[in-house]
Amino acid sequence: MSYLELSHVQKSFGIVKVVHDFNMSINEGEFVSFLGPSGCGKTTVLRMIAGFESVTGGTITIGGVNQNGLKPNKRNIGMVFQAYALFPNMTVAENVAFGLKVAGTSKAEIEDRVKEMLDLISLGHLADRYPYQMSGGQQQRVALARALANKPKVLLLDEPLSALDAKIRVSLREEIRLIQRKLGITTIFVTHDQEEALSISDRIVVMNAGIADQIGTPSDIYNRPATRFVAGFVGTLNILEAKVENREAATVRVAGRSINIPPANLNGAGDGAAITVALRPEALSLSKTPSSDVALDGRVTSVNFLGSVIRTRMDVEGQQVSFDMFNNPGLQPPQIGEIATAHFKASDVLVIPN
Amino acid sequence: MTAKKFWSWLAVFVAAFYFIVPLLATLEFSMRMRRGTYSFDAYRSVFADDRFASTFSYSVVMALITIVVGALLIVPTAYWVRLRMPYLRPVVEFVTLLPLVVPAIVIIFGYLRLYNSSSWLPLTNTDMGANALLVFGFMTMSLPYMYRAVDTAMRTIDVAVLTEAAESLGASWPTILFRCIFPNVLTGVLSGAFITFAIAVGEFTMPSLLNRPAFGPYLALIGANKAYEPPALAMIAFAMTWVSIILINITTRLQKGAAGAR
Amino acid sequence: MAATQPLLNRRLITDWLGIAPFAIFAVMFLIAPTVYLVSGAFVDPNGNLTLQNLIDLFQPNILAAYVISIKISAASAIGGAIIGFALAAAISLGGLPSWVRSAVLTFCGVASNFAGVPLAFAFLATLGRLGLLTIVLRDVFGFNLYGAGFNLLSFLGLTLTYMYFQIPLMVLIITPALDGLKREWSEAASVLGATSWQYWRMVVIPILWPSVFGTLLLLFANAFGAVATAVALTGSSLNIVPIVLFAQIRGDVLHNPNLGYAVAFGMVVITGISNFIYIWLRMRAERWQK
Ligand SMILES: Nc1ncnc2c1ncn2[C@@H]1O[C@H](COP(=O)(O)OP(=O)(O)OP(=O)(O)O)[C@@H](O)[C@H]1O
Ligand SMILES: [Mg+2]
Repeated sequence: MSYLELSHVQKSFGIVKVVHDFNMSINEGEFVSFLGPSGCGKTTVLRMIAGFESVTGGTITIGGVNQNGLKPNKRNIGMVFQAYALFPNMTVAENVAFGLKVAGTSKAEIEDRVKEMLDLISLGHLADRYPYQMSGGQQQRVALARALANKPKVLLLDEPLSALDAKIRVSLREEIRLIQRKLGITTIFVTHDQEEALSISDRIVVMNAGIADQIGTPSDIYNRPATRFVAGFVGTLNILEAKVENREAATVRVAGRSINIPPANLNGAGDGAAITVALRPEALSLSKTPSSDVALDGRVTSVNFLGSVIRTRMDVEGQQVSFDMFNNPGLQPPQIGEIATAHFKASDVLVIPN
Repeated sequence: MTAKKFWSWLAVFVAAFYFIVPLLATLEFSMRMRRGTYSFDAYRSVFADDRFASTFSYSVVMALITIVVGALLIVPTAYWVRLRMPYLRPVVEFVTLLPLVVPAIVIIFGYLRLYNSSSWLPLTNTDMGANALLVFGFMTMSLPYMYRAVDTAMRTIDVAVLTEAAESLGASWPTILFRCIFPNVLTGVLSGAFITFAIAVGEFTMPSLLNRPAFGPYLALIGANKAYEPPALAMIAFAMTWVSIILINITTRLQKGAAGAR
Repeated sequence: MAATQPLLNRRLITDWLGIAPFAIFAVMFLIAPTVYLVSGAFVDPNGNLTLQNLIDLFQPNILAAYVISIKISAASAIGGAIIGFALAAAISLGGLPSWVRSAVLTFCGVASNFAGVPLAFAFLATLGRLGLLTIVLRDVFGFNLYGAGFNLLSFLGLTLTYMYFQIPLMVLIITPALDGLKREWSEAASVLGATSWQYWRMVVIPILWPSVFGTLLLLFANAFGAVATAVALTGSSLNIVPIVLFAQIRGDVLHNPNLGYAVAFGMVVITGISNFIYIWLRMRAERWQK
């Protein structure tokens, strides 16, 4: 059953409405990511759950208890901040012990729990270091241990990885997910990195301008975006304008050719209706494979070598289309200016509701 | 939340009371000169006194000389230490902080013993010598502020690169110093200069003990002999301090702007 | 080797020549005068080494001057530090509009420089026998300030006056330290269950005490060396160290030049100790501010 429940949550700062009508229920032990562009209100929702901001409207309940009006220090929530926010005057062990100490836990119990937490993040050997003597990744792990020490009901992480460099970011996000699974703690993870959200979440909330645009599993969000915003924000979709040719036959006209798509994808658009279709870069390829049945001709405008893949952009009758292909040292990549043909399956075409 | 705001406002209001009441009282007192009515007579009397103009201009001239001589001494030194003798920096910094430790009255006491009429360098014998001592005294007092301002300004420009660039263009040492370095640390020199000015113009102890006809001792003299002119002078001094602080703020903002643009 | 040696020397010579003007200035007008006085404090009029001058500092009138000076400096420093800290906390953490903050900081910049003779005039006009506040208290509230034992030329009066530059100095020095407290620290403490008092006791005070205590010592030294305000306010009626020294320089009132040096030496020792502790504590405080 739902453990953390946000219903009709709203927030205004003065006359500016930052969070509109936010509804979501999160199950116990679930790992949910908030994904969205800067300024869309992710932090604000998180801060309302933590109690730093009061809700302007709606209610937040945890385990059936209404949290409205409860002070942050009475909510038993764990929080990890982007800038670590370790207390600089305390050692690692003292930082982890802080919450237990203010709760009046006995010395022996604190000692055991701190040791347990430090082992969990494998930093037991650095217990006596001060924060300024540690790397960002280590500090963030300590912050995680500190947040978990009190066995909080909910763990909130606000872009915990964005101050770290790329390699640590990947390894730490996996570590966070592992620990979360182990403890079974209900977690909200805020990020604006879609790869991060897709890789570790049970569910993702894609937020746009104070509204939850879509709530779903990573594969839902990626493969069946509910809105054009979600489609554009998650992945680097090719957005093409199209027109329904024949509703019965499920043919649409895209980039000067007509293609057959699965009728269900049409979502009931009538003949002649202007629609938007989307294609993922990985759905296109230069070579014709048995399963691909549509071809697009265009002039190559840019070629970016990204390591394992090569991203090529081409101009198809005025619309930009980009696609990825695996790097193959034996093959010559496309050249800028040449005419190339990209192939895709009609069934990969997504129709975006307008 | 509201409790915090309440206490904050309370602190600000109590402080404002403590700080504004003396200013109001001084203003009120300075306008009491004519019986039964408020007037600016005290200010008129202050400005009518020849000694006001003469001591004030004396102090201003001394302050300006201090600023020029101080800049000529400190800019090349800070430059040289940064460029050629970085290992001396801690020592130089320590020396420039010493005037915060040794009170002005002690320094001037030392001058009077070392450079009096019966010493090897009898600077106090002549007016020029005593003026020079006063300038050196002011320079000493402003050393911590001046050096720090100049050194901070130098940190924002890369002295070594600037010097090498100028040298590669065939510039001579004086050219490098006066055409490249000075203009670049001008904002630092200026903010140091305003502090020096504020210190020097109102300084009482040094000119008084050196028997110089300066503004500080004149203020004290008026204070001992007149009733309504002293508060008028205090208001004038407060206004002058305000102007120099605003000028300091403007130059430091310019300095920050210049550093940010780099 | 033989060829490079003179070259190196020449470079070394130019290096030292470049710094010579400053070195000469510092020695002649800062170090030598101080050393002269300090060493003078340890000899008798005939030039023999002695500790008698320092012992003589403990004669009643000089000791009394030191005691009252220390009391005034300490009181104005502590009062200035407490009020200044409250004011700085209000503008830094109190959530006041930003114009209040900039107004307070600008005013503090002015007031911390508004010392010396004019400050004495301002307080005479406020709390002197004919000062505005004295008169208002008497005529409006029926309270006779001077009848109640107050005197501007006393410990309390001087302390009140000195606080006019002490409070702003505290605000200017401590506000950046308070600004350095991250909002996340207090938020982290509060989600971990701490009350704001627990947060202050376990986080804020440990972080800030070196800055606060260090600044307190700076304020103390600052008040201890303040001559002009004291002289202009009290003439020579109050027996405090700067006034004793001032009178001694003017006319050898102690009838012993070396005792005068010892008085100056005592001043340097006191301001020196407090400044060095200040600098040391500052460096400690900066450890957190990476
Ligand atoms: N205390 C506040 N007062 C006024 N406006 C605020 C306040 N806090 C946030 N906002 C505004 O609310 C909006 C949402 O802010 P929020 O911090 O929640 O965004 P975010 O999604 O976390 O963005 P980011 O990814 O940049 O962290 C922003 O437009 C911001 O300017
Ligand atoms: Mg945010």
